[in-house]
Amino acid sequence: MPKAQLFITCLGDQFYTATLQNMTRILEDLGVELIFPHEQTCCGQPLFNNGFDDQTRGVALNFMRAFGKSDAPIVGPSGSCVSMIKHHYEELFAPGTPEHALAVDIASRTFEFTEYLVHVLQVTNVGAAYPHKVTYHASCHYLRELGMKTEAKTLLMQVDGLELVPLQDEETCCGFGGAFTVTYPEVSRAMMENKVKNILATGADTVVMCEPGCLMNVAGGLRKAGAKVRASHMIDVLASKKP
Amino acid sequence: MSETPSYIGFEAYTEHIPASIPSAVQQATSRFVGGRAARVAELPQFEQLRQIGSEIRLHTLQNLDVYLTRLEAAVQAAGGQVHWASSAEDARQIVLKIASEHNVRRVVKSKSMATEEIELNQALQAAGIEAIETDLGEYIIQLAGTGPSHIIVPAVHLKKEEIASLFREKLQIDAPADPAELARIAREILREKFLSADMGISGGNFLVAETGTLVMVTNEGNGRMCTTMPDLHVAVVGIDKVIPDWESLTVFLKLLARSATGQKLSTYTQFITGPRREEGEFGPKEFHLVLLDNGRSNILKDPVGRDVLKCIRCGACANVCPVYKNVGGFAYGSFISGPIGAILTPQMLGTPVARELPYASTLCGACADVCPVKIPIPTILRHLRHRVAEGDPASAPTMPAPIRAVAGLASLALAWNWVYRLGTRLLPLLMSIFKRDGWLPWAPYPLSRWTQGRPLPPFTAGFRQWWKARPVKKKGEQQ
Repeated sequence: MPKAQLFITCLGDQFYTATLQNMTRILEDLGVELIFPHEQTCCGQPLFNNGFDDQTRGVALNFMRAFGKSDAPIVGPSGSCVSMIKHHYEELFAPGTPEHALAVDIASRTFEFTEYLVHVLQVTNVGAAYPHKVTYHASCHYLRELGMKTEAKTLLMQVDGLELVPLQDEETCCGFGGAFTVTYPEVSRAMMENKVKNILATGADTVVMCEPGCLMNVAGGLRKAGAKVRASHMIDVLASKKP
Repeated sequence: MSETPSYIGFEAYTEHIPASIPSAVQQATSRFVGGRAARVAELPQFEQLRQIGSEIRLHTLQNLDVYLTRLEAAVQAAGGQVHWASSAEDARQIVLKIASEHNVRRVVKSKSMATEEIELNQALQAAGIEAIETDLGEYIIQLAGTGPSHIIVPAVHLKKEEIASLFREKLQIDAPADPAELARIAREILREKFLSADMGISGGNFLVAETGTLVMVTNEGNGRMCTTMPDLHVAVVGIDKVIPDWESLTVFLKLLARSATGQKLSTYTQFITGPRREEGEFGPKEFHLVLLDNGRSNILKDPVGRDVLKCIRCGACANVCPVYKNVGGFAYGSFISGPIGAILTPQMLGTPVARELPYASTLCGACADVCPVKIPIPTILRHLRHRVAEGDPASAPTMPAPIRAVAGLASLALAWNWVYRLGTRLLPLLMSIFKRDGWLPWAPYPLSRWTQGRPLPPFTAGFRQWWKARPVKKKGEQQ
């Protein structure tokens, strides 16, 4: 029976309880034995991406201690947070130190949720049904840093009743960028509004993505625009069943 | 054009962007992005070329002294004169001295980022010399009195109607909003200037070290006029533009136009090796090459930041940058804009002047995907953010102390997980007072800067309790 550790991410923890519950159910239904290290907080990316490398170190250490207790793979619902751990933790510690060795080890067994499904469990059909017209936004770090170009769409195509329609500028950033939203709010908003405009033009009733940050931004933008389109995490679509 | 700024306020600029700018910029850049994609698709070895291009540029930067010495000797052997300018002021003085020695009254210029960098036009004008930009885009922004807002399309922020009204105002002629007609008007005026100029000034896209050849990649033909009609040609080129040999040049000529405008080759590719050898040959009597450092050798000392000097000035990074496309080039406060400007300007002018620029990105990475010489732009942005936030050997921190203090507190709260977990329980309660209809339409500063654009989802933070209260506990679970 495969084992995995749930990495819920700080945004998931604060805002997306139902998505995390769905993630738990999907993985357990696939026979994965789950561990939840409750000492986890945030991966430290908000500090790291803003240049606070020194301040990130303690946060990364907390993460590595929490997830270092088990050698099971670590699975999280965010391409961006997973990329932080996979690509940047080892930059924070000097080679040759135990912390660096742990960072390399942790990086080698951390997976984004769809990556874990498709590449580790080798599952592309989770038996979901979602009879809706759906479009897909490719989140930047998920797409470019993790290189997940086909996984999300492969999973969506297997969902019963789901019609996938293309999104204009699918790979263009939605304007989230973490602290960018409050550092340059006008620019962030303009980018978000471009994304919302393109989503509305598809005629889809749901837009799907694999990133809590983008989800907050796009869902809020759709709400502000008074649109009826639902912004959904990939996990929530994959957890949908026939009524 | 503006004086070198003492502080670049990216944020202040973005609060009041004229709506016409993003619209004009998006129209033009989308065309280039489409063209680039088509050219790349038809050249299967494009990825390989990018890799080779990147390696050649890095190799050249690592051996810059060798190639510059070789270049100097080759230019001199071809009959040209080489001048070394360590600063912008040095470069201006060198050009002014050449001009005064030849009694120059009128200069025609082809498009050059290096002369924008050193603000040469103002210096020439102050010395009583008329300097005329002859690239159509540069001619337009010279009339408008601004710097360029894009590396290869200096007037990209202006629509044809605005250009027509600029022509009417500055040239006192009846100009319709028709690109062909506007180009005809400019051509007519410029033809007269070409014929009467005493000196031509150009930049250069590449300098081939083995033969001392200046390579110019242009589309309008004005570059040829500038470098062949007057008896005197002065080229101002950054020391980073040198490449080893003609074999490397073929790689960059394949990469440059495809990345920039989506052309296989630009309309004109000029190879200039020294002045004319004998009467009757085309070309100027004298050829001067001004090699500009202006902070470049200082940037070279930083093993991460130095990759910015691999740039071949194609503008592809700006064309795909969603930030650039929504703010335009002037937001970057310097002659060079877009993602490459965000990593070059803070290194050239220093982070005290340009500390906001490394943050002018969502780190989406679209720029690095298209860069023809694979500059890791997001990595350098993060590197410079670190310089701003915490300081590094190149500079002390320049981020305001209160923000650094907040980051320190956040770090503690996230590293001491009991503080975080306590916060996770308190936040939903605190925020519930702002909740309306399942959303937070307003939240306290700094989240108010989020909610000015869109509401915030409510803090639910229910997973930890749900997990704990689950009836079926699985084996291996930690509590």
